[in-house]
Amino acid sequence: MRYLKQFNFILLSSIVSINCYGAITSISPSDDPYSAIQEALILAQPGDIIHLTEGRYELEDSLSIDVQDIILEGEGLYKTVLSFKNQKSGAQGLSVTSDGVILRDFAIEDAKGDAIKVKGVNGISFIRVRTEWTGGPSSDNGAYGLYPVESKNVLIDSCVAIGASDAGIYVGQSENIIVKNSRAEFNVAGIEIENSYYADVFDNYAANNTGGILIFDLPDIPQQGGHHIRVFKNKSINNNTDNFAPEGNIVGEVPRGTGIIVQANSHVEIFDNDIGDNETINIAVVTYGYETEDKNYYPHPRAIQIHGNRFGKSGYNPDLETGDLAKFLFEITNGDMPDIFWDGIVPTHQIIFGQPDEDKIVLGDNGEATFLTINGLKYILPFFDPIETSYDKFRGDIEPLSPVNLSDTL
Amino acid sequence: MIRFKKIIFIFLILFSFDSAFAGVNDTIILNDEVARKLSDYGFFEDLVSQSPSKEVLPYELITPLFSDYADKLRFIYMPSNGLAEYRPNEVFDFPEGTVLIKTFAYLNEHIESNLDKQLLETRLLIKKDDKWKNVSYVWNKAQDDAFLNIAGKTISTQFVNNEGDIQNVRYRVPNINQCKECHQSGKTIRPIGPKARNLDKDVAYEDGVMNQLKKWHKQGWIKEGIKVQAMTDWTNTLASMNSRARSYLDINCGHCHIKGGSADTTGLYLDFTENRKIHLGVFKKPIAAGRASNNLTYSIVPGDPDSSILFYRMQSLDPGIMMPESGRALEHKEGTELIRKWIKNL
Repeated sequence: MRYLKQFNFILLSSIVSINCYGAITSISPSDDPYSAIQEALILAQPGDIIHLTEGRYELEDSLSIDVQDIILEGEGLYKTVLSFKNQKSGAQGLSVTSDGVILRDFAIEDAKGDAIKVKGVNGISFIRVRTEWTGGPSSDNGAYGLYPVESKNVLIDSCVAIGASDAGIYVGQSENIIVKNSRAEFNVAGIEIENSYYADVFDNYAANNTGGILIFDLPDIPQQGGHHIRVFKNKSINNNTDNFAPEGNIVGEVPRGTGIIVQANSHVEIFDNDIGDNETINIAVVTYGYETEDKNYYPHPRAIQIHGNRFGKSGYNPDLETGDLAKFLFEITNGDMPDIFWDGIVPTHQIIFGQPDEDKIVLGDNGEATFLTINGLKYILPFFDPIETSYDKFRGDIEPLSPVNLSDTL
Repeated sequence: MIRFKKIIFIFLILFSFDSAFAGVNDTIILNDEVARKLSDYGFFEDLVSQSPSKEVLPYELITPLFSDYADKLRFIYMPSNGLAEYRPNEVFDFPEGTVLIKTFAYLNEHIESNLDKQLLETRLLIKKDDKWKNVSYVWNKAQDDAFLNIAGKTISTQFVNNEGDIQNVRYRVPNINQCKECHQSGKTIRPIGPKARNLDKDVAYEDGVMNQLKKWHKQGWIKEGIKVQAMTDWTNTLASMNSRARSYLDINCGHCHIKGGSADTTGLYLDFTENRKIHLGVFKKPIAAGRASNNLTYSIVPGDPDSSILFYRMQSLDPGIMMPESGRALEHKEGTELIRKWIKNL
């Protein structure tokens, strides 16, 4: 059995790297787990496996990986636990800065900052990894659980993210991304894809967060103009945890009870999801809500397609305290909240001359879902009711986006 | 015949005598494998007192990085005939075989000090195959040599602070990966301090006081007549608040908060040449600060340091909040006071 397991390792790691010897360093909990693990991570050669046996590892300093194509693995996401409860230095639990690393079958608990940050790499896989703040939702928890940023070819598969005070699973300023089979609960944002290109988010379970799935784009950072994001076959339900993000953070604006928000991205396709029991709204498509002098930034969502989703109830107990979205919507609808909301905000010339066809929001079949948007022109002019609830006006043919293919280097 | 043997004998003695005082060993510097102990390199005539060999020159920065009040003894070794190429706003392009040597210590020189001097670690940046290699040597208990350290080390110790009081510190020797956090630019490692603009100052050498750039030229290390806009000594109360603060932020923050640095994801850029207000943090919302925002909205609110995330994070000692992320376990009170005043007056 053991041989079989090792054989498996070697097989897997040979996929990772051609020059692979697959030396396995096995580490067990000890008095000084930090030195044992960190030294192994530094001395590892590409293709090597660092294996952490079952047990709790108490760490005071953050761990880091800077050797490419290595595997850090445990024996299960509830069996091998790296606890940072007594962390004294380092802003993450674990940071990765080298290409082609695979993390699997372990957990990072109670990191003082982010749990796992991966920056500037080509190829990173999180497989059956858990990040959790064990005391439940609290603004004292770290910001992000799984946090790849400025990276290419990102795979997050069968992971669990709990308790992050920003996003449980957060992919930022990255390209070619798959997030699947994962569970995000009791975070402010369950899954967030921000300022990123080409992402498939599917077969995930986002529940009990403040907002389930967020597709965001922000100004004034190196990569922006997020586009080509597919969100499908997910369950985004019961995301009714009060927002516990520290103020100042953009997710601090997300009202409790939100299923999916798309903000300032283009080419987003949301289909075949189960979205319901969200107290404020199931899907909101909105413009970035602050002034910015960033000339390269486009604050409005474009080419958003929503079809084939199954909606449960929403809007029955909206969070009027957090941000402007719910309050505004509640006021203009007299409390009759829609399933799908688009704020209708477009550049000034488009208010008058209309949006180009290719930029328009497109609705397909979404069962009995209700829709609401604001007509910008009527909003400016007196005596017109700017509220439009005609679903059919926005009905159109869906042009499916292509699936994401992670590069073969993975 | 006997005479011949005698000559060889004398030659051998001379040779071995000579090698005992051979000075810097280029072979060891350029070896693929790094040396196991600091003494192997021959940078110091007397290791314990940190007296450099003849070919090794001490150097100073106008404004240095804060590292838990540790004293830093800086030295540079350049191979003979090597020439460092000047690059504006960047570190000199040093020749192959250059080594930057930095010993971190608590010298405990305060007049009321009853603690001995303690050498903590000596870090080397070695230029080899057109790349910089980073390595750290941790001083032993006997304080007579320093030994290669890979995984980092915690040194819990005490030092005598500027007020003459004993202060505890959990000093962290960074591991090789942590070195990269600050020293990376894109995918490569580079030194931070020795930019011409941060070296343009007078230094007391054994043979008298001289401007550092002039001295380097005299050594044959750099070309003559390099003109730079020098940074400001952050402690120089005669200089403008703005130039002091910007120099301080540059050397303490600007190596990560710069395009290509570890913190470039945030869009907050604090290097000396940045002049776009939003990227300097003025009314800039945080991107990924999490609880480090302290419920504040902007990195810098002009006139209001207590509402500025940047100021808050520089004071914090919580690893999930503090800036810089590594290399600091104590607050730099004098430094944060400067930044407080600077924001107040913005």
